[in-house]
Amino acid sequence: MDAQPTKLRIEPLLWLLFSAGGVVAAFLIPIHLLIQNLLFPLGIANGPSYPAAVHFVAHPIVRLYLFVLCSVPLFHAAHRVRYTLYDGLQIKHLNEVIAACCYGGAVLGTLIAGYLLWNFV
Amino acid sequence: MKSAAATPPYTLNHPRWYRKRVSTYWWLQRWEYLRFVLREISSVFVAIFVVEMLFLISALSRGPEAYAAFQDFLKNPFVIALNIISFFFVVFHSITWFNLSARAMSIRVGGKKVPGFMISGPNFVAWLFISAVIAWLLLRA
Amino acid sequence: MADTIKLEVSRYSPETDAAPHFQSFEVPFRRDWVVLDALNYIKDKQDGSLTYRWSCRMGICGSCGMLVNGEPKLTCATFLADYAPAPVRVEPLRNFPVVRDLVIAMNDFMRKLQKMKPWLIRKEEKPVSEGEYLQTPEQLETFKQYSMCINCMLCYAACPVYGLDPLFSGPAAIALAQRYNLDSRDQGAKDRFPVLSQHDAIWGCTFVGECTRVCPKHVDPAGAIQQYKLTAALDWVKSVVMPWGGK
Repeated sequence: MDAQPTKLRIEPLLWLLFSAGGVVAAFLIPIHLLIQNLLFPLGIANGPSYPAAVHFVAHPIVRLYLFVLCSVPLFHAAHRVRYTLYDGLQIKHLNEVIAACCYGGAVLGTLIAGYLLWNFV
Repeated sequence: MKSAAATPPYTLNHPRWYRKRVSTYWWLQRWEYLRFVLREISSVFVAIFVVEMLFLISALSRGPEAYAAFQDFLKNPFVIALNIISFFFVVFHSITWFNLSARAMSIRVGGKKVPGFMISGPNFVAWLFISAVIAWLLLRA
Repeated sequence: MADTIKLEVSRYSPETDAAPHFQSFEVPFRRDWVVLDALNYIKDKQDGSLTYRWSCRMGICGSCGMLVNGEPKLTCATFLADYAPAPVRVEPLRNFPVVRDLVIAMNDFMRKLQKMKPWLIRKEEKPVSEGEYLQTPEQLETFKQYSMCINCMLCYAACPVYGLDPLFSGPAAIALAQRYNLDSRDQGAKDRFPVLSQHDAIWGCTFVGECTRVCPKHVDPAGAIQQYKLTAALDWVKSVVMPWGGK
């Protein structure tokens, strides 16, 4: 137990983020994708008008929901892509670079989501 | 303990043992491995969806012209094709995720282990219910 | 029904070969024969130099693990009848160095297993005069499945991560660590934690799940590993949120 008292072990946190992102993505993403990116553009269902959409998204609860929807799944994807590149392509010597790019991308996406939703008018 | 520290944590080279190098295409050599890699790749389509959402939110905040332009972008046949493929992958993610999480949990009731389908079953039901609620919210505008 | 079946057996002689090659044998096809029976027939009647491990021939010693048509199997539990009439390909277990023919070197597995401290760890041993450590059937149920492991290493042959990462501890070692962690008589979970919560132990596992699928004793090592990931992650949260927490 005393083996790493001061060393910051990041793996458990990354795994928890991966799991949370997996849950959010599993429950929420399919229906959003189906309706917003397929049914609306194909005209099978009528999308909201611009004022209705803005009014809907501006609601604080909706903005919080969208923040969760657009942040944790990115960490889920980052974690899986990192391991797939590490194992799948066997490019172990680039381990730190891959990890930095993957999780860095997730952090960047989260920051963008936070900025967009915080400043949403 | 001293000898343990001196032994490296992997198999040393032995000149007369045969060691097969794992091919870069190991994941194509068995159907189970391919299915695993496809499951992992589904996360890329999850990320693609999030990026599309961020563009949507950005377009909404920039004004009606930006929003209309984004809607036109979604109607592009290549984008539609990408989203159809994405849809299959994110559904694949959901199905595999609920099955995996059932296996990852050990829940005991009255001393007996709860079988996997009794954990994944309610997850699937909850998924359908939540999807119905979201669909209602999105479609009633 | 044909009365013979062809076996394509991987041969490797370190003195003469640079790499393994296949040699074909025709063996009698009997409904009740397993692949091990066929190998014994070959060694008895056709080629005495064929080298392979086996012992109990009833699926409990874990010696006879090999790849049958690319799938990790105990050859004592794999019936020829399930593969007839096509030839049956027999190879040594994947992801291990081949010593000779169908025999692999298992030193790596043995060392990784030992690292997990697969024995009951007590802070203080009870003296014999105080009697046995008592355990209810419910307490036994929590770890019994993981105690069924026969160290046959089929899971290592199935695990792609073990093949790709030589440092990875592997399914059976982690499952056996969990077997002791969950045993009510054991007090060593904290001792095993630093070994388990490493990138080349539980965090290297990506839950492919092949280990569980091939396990002949239904140990479910994949389940054991994921459950321990949750334990370790919650432990980490506790240590971050409450760093003053007692040992």
